[in-house]
Amino acid sequence: MLYIKCPHCGWRSQNEFSYGGDATVKRPELGKEVSDQEWDDFVYNRKSLRGKHWELWQHLSGCRQWIKVERDTATHEIFKTLKANEEIS
Amino acid sequence: MTQSFRLENIGLINRNKKLSFKFNGKAYYGYEGDTLASALIANGVHLVGRSFKYHRPRGFFGAGVDEPYAIVQLYRNGETEPNIKATEQELFEGLEAKSVNCWPSVNFDIGAINNFLKIFLPAGFYYKTFMWPKSFWFKVYEPFIRKAAGLGVASTKHDKERYEHKYEYCDLLITGSGPSGLASAYAAAKNGARVILAEDKSRFGGTLLTSEVNIGNQSGKEWAESIISELKEMPNVTVKNRSQVFGYYDHNMLVMSERISDHLPKTKKFHPKQKLWYIRAKEVLISSGSIERPIVFGNNDTPGVMLSSAAKEYLKVYGVLVGKNPLIFTNNDSGYETAIEFQKNGISPIILDTRKDPKSEIVDEAKNLGINIKFSYVVVAAQGYKKVKSADIAKISEDKEQLGIIENIKCDCICVSGFWTPTIHLASQSGNKTKFREDIDAFVPGTPKQNETTIGAANGTFTLEETLKNSFETGHRLSKEITKNDNKTSFPNVIEKKSTAHDKFWCVPLPKGKNYKRFLDFQNDVAVSDIEIALKEGYRSIEHVKRYTTLGMATDQGKTSNLNGLQLVSKIENKVVPSVGHTTFRPPYTPVSIGAIVGREVGKHSKPTRKSPMHLWHEKNNAVFVDAGVWLRPRYYKQGDENLFEGSKREAKNVRTNVGVCDVTTLGKIDIKGPDAAELLNRVYTNAWLKLPVGKARYGVMLREDGIVMDDGTTTRISENHYHMTTTTAQAANVLSHLEYYLQLVWPELNVNVVSTTEQWAGAAIAGPKSRELLQKLFPKSDVSNEGLPFMGYMEGDLFGVKARIFRISFSGELAYEVNVESDNGNFMWEKIIEVGQEFKIQPYGTEALSTLRIEMGHVAGSELDGRTIPYDNSLEGLLSKKKDFIGKRSLNRKAFIADDRQKVVGVVPLDKKTSIPEGSHLVKDSNAPLPNPKLGYISASCWSVEHDNPFSLAIVKDGKNMIGKKLFVMSPLKNKIIPVEIVSSHYVDPKGERVRS
Ligand SMILES: [Zn+2]
Repeated sequence: MLYIKCPHCGWRSQNEFSYGGDATVKRPELGKEVSDQEWDDFVYNRKSLRGKHWELWQHLSGCRQWIKVERDTATHEIFKTLKANEEIS
Repeated sequence: MTQSFRLENIGLINRNKKLSFKFNGKAYYGYEGDTLASALIANGVHLVGRSFKYHRPRGFFGAGVDEPYAIVQLYRNGETEPNIKATEQELFEGLEAKSVNCWPSVNFDIGAINNFLKIFLPAGFYYKTFMWPKSFWFKVYEPFIRKAAGLGVASTKHDKERYEHKYEYCDLLITGSGPSGLASAYAAAKNGARVILAEDKSRFGGTLLTSEVNIGNQSGKEWAESIISELKEMPNVTVKNRSQVFGYYDHNMLVMSERISDHLPKTKKFHPKQKLWYIRAKEVLISSGSIERPIVFGNNDTPGVMLSSAAKEYLKVYGVLVGKNPLIFTNNDSGYETAIEFQKNGISPIILDTRKDPKSEIVDEAKNLGINIKFSYVVVAAQGYKKVKSADIAKISEDKEQLGIIENIKCDCICVSGFWTPTIHLASQSGNKTKFREDIDAFVPGTPKQNETTIGAANGTFTLEETLKNSFETGHRLSKEITKNDNKTSFPNVIEKKSTAHDKFWCVPLPKGKNYKRFLDFQNDVAVSDIEIALKEGYRSIEHVKRYTTLGMATDQGKTSNLNGLQLVSKIENKVVPSVGHTTFRPPYTPVSIGAIVGREVGKHSKPTRKSPMHLWHEKNNAVFVDAGVWLRPRYYKQGDENLFEGSKREAKNVRTNVGVCDVTTLGKIDIKGPDAAELLNRVYTNAWLKLPVGKARYGVMLREDGIVMDDGTTTRISENHYHMTTTTAQAANVLSHLEYYLQLVWPELNVNVVSTTEQWAGAAIAGPKSRELLQKLFPKSDVSNEGLPFMGYMEGDLFGVKARIFRISFSGELAYEVNVESDNGNFMWEKIIEVGQEFKIQPYGTEALSTLRIEMGHVAGSELDGRTIPYDNSLEGLLSKKKDFIGKRSLNRKAFIADDRQKVVGVVPLDKKTSIPEGSHLVKDSNAPLPNPKLGYISASCWSVEHDNPFSLAIVKDGKNMIGKKLFVMSPLKNKIIPVEIVSSHYVDPKGERVRS
């Protein structure tokens, strides 16, 4: 079970969180015309990387905040966690 | 009966407490402090089972967790449990155990014929033989294998025992209470660290209980006892015996199984049987010691052949002789320690040492004691079927290839020592890439992957002085990093006998003309010849060899077999062991009961049960409950002996003719506040929300980004910047997360707050033509006329002194209202509604009538909004705003979603107006068409229409808009039904929606 540092609450076990997928996907702006390709990339197409990547988790049974987590998908090592409003660097 | 193998003056058992027990139906006795194994050996019983594949007789090989084959079926307090190691099971009064793997009995086993047919049972036998012919599998092979194999029989009864889970955090988790565990725990504890020390046996101390050493002028055992009693008194230390740390998982989480009651005849009241600990440790100290390695020789699985360390443990801990005429077969000094213990207790052993001329203190001591030692000698084969009777021995050449003349000597046990294998399972599980150490021909942990340190014998350190020194230092160093304290503990003086190098000899060659089975893996019956066949057949990777031969698999996880297997592969392949590599050690290290893993989450306890504030009233009024997610909801209120069908029909009919009341507390409720609340609703719902006036409710549908309907419900504008959203019972949690996602990540500029208020409000739906009259009596001061409170209107009211929210919304298609009060007043509200409603013939109605009412009026719900349908499919396309964008809108113009013959919800009526239509049935054009019959759609929900008094269903059908009026067939192969039906509008009642507005 992973041990995740919620930027709001501190270290908590994985079972307090729910997974939310790739954190780098940006939703196209409302009302903006987007091509089929752009829309499919937003809704469906994911890289499923092996290695370091940024992902979303929600601290569901805690502060209910969505957070960004930099994790290695192969080793499960977590390098960094950010609040929702903090930019991935 | 006397215990002819029990000694008088040695051992740690309590001789004042005799315990009687039964094995295979026969009565014996032992003492408190015995294991089942030690008590059986004390009684001269060595035959405990049959082997897995060849059904050869099996005895005891070890004295603890290392035991590969003394596995029994245990009977305790009316329950039975398989796969119990006799060497780990503590004796209790009335214990009963039976052999496994033997049929009909341990002494006469039909499966043993496999042993004589072993030419047919080589490596991969199951893969090769039982594959063909296919029809033989169920009739012949499977029953045969089921009867002949296995490690016992699982009970089919409900387990009445309780198992608990515990989550714990600590600075240091120390796995094993041998010298390294005790020393490091002591040093760390004295330095202020929070320490958990786990020991899998009942006694603390590990090898200190059996070795002849002196620590600080105390015996090893006394030193261990003093350290443990001091640790137990410290508030920052948790000391646990009977506790096996069996798994090392991510981020330094380890799982430990504590056997709380297994050593007792019966679990104490209010106690669990076992407890599973999830431990998150800042640092882990692996002090799991080492397991003695067997030497491979002919018939080395005969009962009476066992590890020399086990023989010593039986003697020193239990006062039990594993034999009275022992042969010690060793390649190192450890075998001498066992021999010396025998000698001291009046038994004369013979030592066969594979080494030519070893020189050490221990060898000298054995010589001085007059023990018969034969150097450069090996055991070629054990003789005897159910117990060792003699041994064929021979001198071995210096290159260890040639055997001299074979002699036969009498003995009743063969105690084997092939040096020591560090127990690296936990380190390997944590991801540590282990490294091979030539000097001890074994793997030790390499660079740690997580915060783990391996110490003592588990790290390949076999002298006590060095172990203690390292362990004190490591305990201090790691605790200092965490606590920042620097309290050093003094290091005791150690006296131990010096050993000399071991001989790397591990396998005795076969003598000419003999074909003895030489076993590597005793649990899985893997012999040298099996590995040879696997390699001959082209298996190269050690992981493939493992799976093909079953070497190192199952509950044993290669504890005694791993290294000898690798030695063999490397020898045949002409490689060095490290390049062969070892297989992955998988958790659990030892078997863990399913009960412990499940814990308290059994049956009703597997999820929380939520009840509305009116639950007790429902109970008192004969509600029959149904699970709705985690909620318990009344399905119908039983009157007399009516069944579900009759009861729900009565309730639904009463709603259509008079008035009914339904508990709708379970609906999800979300309070939405902030200046941008309307904008948020406008983005998450498909319809327009910016112009909804205060005091009005609106029905809305929300989509996922892929265009699929996520949920529906009404949202009411309570005041300028305050909305009350309702969701379906099932989607309440998801919708809240969904809103939080968009507010926190996508549109953080929106100034809105959302919070769940599901538990804060109790809700009652009042529906039926008389509902307004009832409402007026409930709220005499309010104007609830059609003008005062129009359809989709909202007002606050005073319910006999209780503040209430009144919504004019309808799920049933009738004139209807929903009243909400604070949860604490829920029962008051309910009772008032029932009381005042009497004159209008009010009846409560449950979820079944609720479904009937919504189905016949064509209101889509969970069975249509099932995560596969878009708004059009549910005839909700009228709610899609063309003027604004919303979540999921861009997906709706996907090709399949705008196809001309896109599926749509319709109504279905059986032509005979009698036959009920099973939910989930398929709709087809021609019931006689050849299979697979093309499917046009499926029945999503069925009811008995109370309005029309005939069955009615909703269905999602291809090209639904053009299907109205068509005649089709409903087919249910499951219920074996073919029903001719007509497709009608989904709005079977009041299609113009006049009633809700009346
Ligand atoms: Zn948090």
